[in-house]
Amino acid sequence: MAKTIEQINQKIKKGEVVVVTAEEVISITRDVGIHEAVNKIDVVTTGTFSPMCGSGAFLNFGHPKPRIKFGGGKVYLNDVLAYAGIAAVDVFLGATSLPDDDPRNKTYPGEFNYGGGHVIHDLVSGKDIRLVASAYGTDCYPRKSLETLVNINDMNDAILFNIRNAYQNYDVAVNLSDKVRYTYMGILKPNLGNANYCSAGQLSPLLNDPYFEAIGVGTKIFLGGGTGLIAWHGTQHDPHTLRGTSGVPSRPAGTLAVIGDLKNMRPEWLVGTSMLGYGATLTVGVGVPIPILSEEILCHTLVTDADILTPVVDYSEVYPQRGESILGEVSYAELKTGHIRFGEKLIPTSSLSSYPKALEIAETLKLWIQKGIFTLTEPVAKLPGVWSNKVVEPLKERPIS
Amino acid sequence: MKKRVILHFPPNVTGQPVIYYLAKDFNLVFNIIKASVSPGQAGSLVLELSGEHENYQGAIRFLTEVGVTIESADRNIIRNETKCTHCGACVTFCSVDAFSLDQKTRRILFDQGKCVLCGFCVVACPPRAMELHS
Repeated sequence: MAKTIEQINQKIKKGEVVVVTAEEVISITRDVGIHEAVNKIDVVTTGTFSPMCGSGAFLNFGHPKPRIKFGGGKVYLNDVLAYAGIAAVDVFLGATSLPDDDPRNKTYPGEFNYGGGHVIHDLVSGKDIRLVASAYGTDCYPRKSLETLVNINDMNDAILFNIRNAYQNYDVAVNLSDKVRYTYMGILKPNLGNANYCSAGQLSPLLNDPYFEAIGVGTKIFLGGGTGLIAWHGTQHDPHTLRGTSGVPSRPAGTLAVIGDLKNMRPEWLVGTSMLGYGATLTVGVGVPIPILSEEILCHTLVTDADILTPVVDYSEVYPQRGESILGEVSYAELKTGHIRFGEKLIPTSSLSSYPKALEIAETLKLWIQKGIFTLTEPVAKLPGVWSNKVVEPLKERPIS
Repeated sequence: MKKRVILHFPPNVTGQPVIYYLAKDFNLVFNIIKASVSPGQAGSLVLELSGEHENYQGAIRFLTEVGVTIESADRNIIRNETKCTHCGACVTFCSVDAFSLDQKTRRILFDQGKCVLCGFCVVACPPRAMELHS
């Protein structure tokens, strides 16, 4: 019998809700059968904990006396450049931003020990942050410079707004060249020395709702240790990629834009991250509850690592040159054995996404729902699905003059 | 006593059987942790030395006299457990396989015994959980 989100919320209030993780649902359904499972289970929780460069925070510091207008000037937080081109005392701090004097890749491979992601981690840890701003001064905002310590607890607003998180599936990166490559997919040893992947697989939010039937804009989620909302589809969201027999995308596909109050989040779920030779970023914890509203939705949460295929891509030449070719497909079950087979060669695998942390997120969300401190929300709009005309195209460069 | 040292060999010394004398004349047991020594080129050696304190002092004097520079390697690479996210990036970038994946818990195990103190993980670990302590 189909349930509604309202009915599930009633069960949460009465303490009768049945919540399982995306890992547990597989064995439970195997034991009791789909018919009983769909009647019994109300919510399946998912989780992922990965570096997600499409992350950042909007901050409002309050107006100093006399006033200053950051817009058109420059703002640094612990020396990291924040975007000031908005209202007077608001900035956007992106996860990959760097201090002006970071040597970047001048000393190759650059270390990128401190960037925007690290500032967000320090902010959410409650540490004081150095704000240094310069401005041009106006009649209404006369001040031209500001240097002060700021703290998240004193800010009017600190809002995490990640424009692209929780990729539904992702490439496996390898290196066909004869020298080491330092990439956002980690350190790739020459001549297929290793294969790096980055997905929670069967626990990953969007792989458990491959057609975006159960979740949508407005769905309340676990975000950075607090709660947030799905704000929109993420950038590069592509519902039209190749799909396997169970409907699971076998290429990078959907993404989420997520928003939440940074003041309610926890530093252990927003971790500043440094990718050698690549840059700074933020590792983000995201967990999405999937309401079991139909048999079809339940069946999609039964996806296992063996069902999810992903392309193996050469990151020495094909990826940087935007080539199309892939070296083959592997499943997450194979990747998680620690090796993948490529012809005669066994290639050791590394993950960049933490499965133990993803599981902890799914378990935490489950506990919150069981305790009644987290109720589900009704989506207010669909994420673009296979029915939509949403496409992702590469940039077509055109001469300016 | 047991000590870890890094020996830096100038090019004119790498051809000599220096380490042999540590055992013969100073009765020291040596365990080669890491070696990068080629005749005619500057080289380095990470050694764990065990034996009598006096013999160790004598060996250090001998090494200094033949032109070897000695640096203490009594330092450790330690994993900061609160910073480690158990992502697993280290499993393939460590050249001596000091990191491994526990298939059951999916957590990453760090075997300090295998670590040769190269220090690469200190800058290669994405959340910077590996720390050099001296």
